[in-house]
Amino acid sequence: MSEMTYAEAARLALREEMQRDPLVWALGEDLGYEGGMAGQYKGLQAEFGEDRIVDTPISESTIMGAAVGAALAGTRPIAEMRFSDFAMCAVDELVNQAAKARYMFGGQGRVPMVARMPIGIRGGIAAQHSQSPEAWYTHVPGLVVVTPSTPANNRGLLKASIRCDDPVVYMEHKGLWGLKGEVDESDDTETALGVAEKVRAGDDLTIVSWSAQVGVALEAADLLAGDGISAEVIDLRTLWPWDRDAVMASAARTGKLLVVHEAVRVGGFGGEIAAEVAEELGIPVARLGGERIPIPFSVPLEEAYKIKADRIAARAREMLA
Amino acid sequence: MNDNLANEPARVAAMYRTMLVIRAFEEAAGENFFAGNVRGSVHQYIGEEAIAVGICENLRDDDYLTSNHRGHGHSIAKGAHPRAMMLELFGKAGGTSNGKGGSMHIADFSVGMLGANGVIADGCTISVGAAQALRLRGKDSIVVNFIGDGGINRGPFMEALNWAKIYNLPVLFVCENNQIAASTTTRLVTAGEGIAARALSFDVPAVTIDGNDLFEVDRTAARVVSEIRGGSGPQLIQAMTYRLRGHFAHDPAGYRDPAEVDAALEYEPMGRVEAWLRDNGMNDADIAQLQDEVKAEIDGYVADALNAPWPDASLAFTDVQDVGAPHAGEAAL
Repeated sequence: MSEMTYAEAARLALREEMQRDPLVWALGEDLGYEGGMAGQYKGLQAEFGEDRIVDTPISESTIMGAAVGAALAGTRPIAEMRFSDFAMCAVDELVNQAAKARYMFGGQGRVPMVARMPIGIRGGIAAQHSQSPEAWYTHVPGLVVVTPSTPANNRGLLKASIRCDDPVVYMEHKGLWGLKGEVDESDDTETALGVAEKVRAGDDLTIVSWSAQVGVALEAADLLAGDGISAEVIDLRTLWPWDRDAVMASAARTGKLLVVHEAVRVGGFGGEIAAEVAEELGIPVARLGGERIPIPFSVPLEEAYKIKADRIAARAREMLA
Repeated sequence: MNDNLANEPARVAAMYRTMLVIRAFEEAAGENFFAGNVRGSVHQYIGEEAIAVGICENLRDDDYLTSNHRGHGHSIAKGAHPRAMMLELFGKAGGTSNGKGGSMHIADFSVGMLGANGVIADGCTISVGAAQALRLRGKDSIVVNFIGDGGINRGPFMEALNWAKIYNLPVLFVCENNQIAASTTTRLVTAGEGIAARALSFDVPAVTIDGNDLFEVDRTAARVVSEIRGGSGPQLIQAMTYRLRGHFAHDPAGYRDPAEVDAALEYEPMGRVEAWLRDNGMNDADIAQLQDEVKAEIDGYVADALNAPWPDASLAFTDVQDVGAPHAGEAAL
């Protein structure tokens, strides 16, 4: 085991997959000299050449559209969008082309590409660089949506996404780039898509979350433990397909479900999970997510947007009262 | 053009036959749209046949082609089978996409036809990526992207020109300039000198030709395709043409003067090839026989399509994705 950051783990995964498969390549802005926004591509252009780590113009539509064409033509491209906010310039190529090509052509083609678009609040980059639009893509048939939360699963999930024959929207969290954790470098296996991880066992309620918010949910579970409340925390890791069996089994056992995400609560993916659990199990469900406001710039304003551990704990206590 | 002039009449006759297949296919598509057998939209290629046929004459099966919403002619010229295409238009089992795509999503990957496309200019970006894939795979194939004059005002067209040039990609952009974008006269909404000038501004060689002249299209394509295959980087051909029908079958095209259409008939591509064939060994009876033969062939495909079974409803739920695939009735859970 070695300790590395979330960004280093992603770089390791990409490097391993590029060594394994010569048809894996990446395209996007500032991948060569800069090595990606967080160094997640650092040194890879020198190792694999300019045809496999391709520095592109600021042409989001073509970064995504070219990845679709390259995938249909037998390669496995990774389209790096830098920010999920910028990927919105290429939603057409992702939604109308990548997600639908296999279906509308009757299964003649596959689109094995990764649309890599970091989400979330990093701190001080405001409304156009901080959004969490993961729920948008869960709504689109054809797409897989992945939200890694730790260095270890960022490595394993990125490997699985690169090997996946479906288009994967891969949403790292910008606030996690520097997060350190143990990664077993000798273990070259992927982390299965669509499988949640129980990151804390508990009996009194189930808290479901993903991405950076999992860490906050774990802090909340610590607070609740001080009150004698035992919270189970589930990290979904993949939003589509979400691990329905794991969530249902946990919620059925604890009898209460709280879903927490950084994204805006209205129309967020928490609503889908809460509704499914309520329909199937008939137990109390609740959701916590951001207010329906753009992400602000100033420290106190940005902090006011975030869902903190004390709020999660308070909501959990209300559910158990 | 083929240097072996002795074979030239046979080669031209074969191209003419493909043009006839496209024309007959499109007439049948329109008739069956009005008969209620073909749903949705049918964008006919009538009057533009020489472009697809002249370009594809110079391509190989392993060259890729991307198309737009008016893609039937491109598909047939690239080698897609018109029977499977007709079944697709009818939404029947055995169609190119098993009835999942219809007219605007005709594709035949087995002949490199990577799909018609319902979104204007999206084929441009798909093409440059396909060309990058060819390079990674060490292939000497090229990619041809058909775009209409209406598409040149979308960003992806200009992004893709820039992209193809900076990476020196083997892409041939063919802009079929039929001068009308749906119901809007293109030059009224296009600044500057137009299509070829835009390509030249990216240092992409561009040539403007008479797209209704099969021989000029064929000759130009032979040269340009050979140059691109030899490493010239991207090039653009602007093929001037005229859409003899509306934007789609149910468009009466009242936005243009009927006299303009009558005048255009004089320059439509079929008659010009027929004149050449008459000068090179075919008589009227030979030509009529070819026309009847093709008409009968397409009529047969229409009959097949009428009689073919519908796709099983369960097919609606397949080919979506492997990971997180839907299952029938999921919404009712």
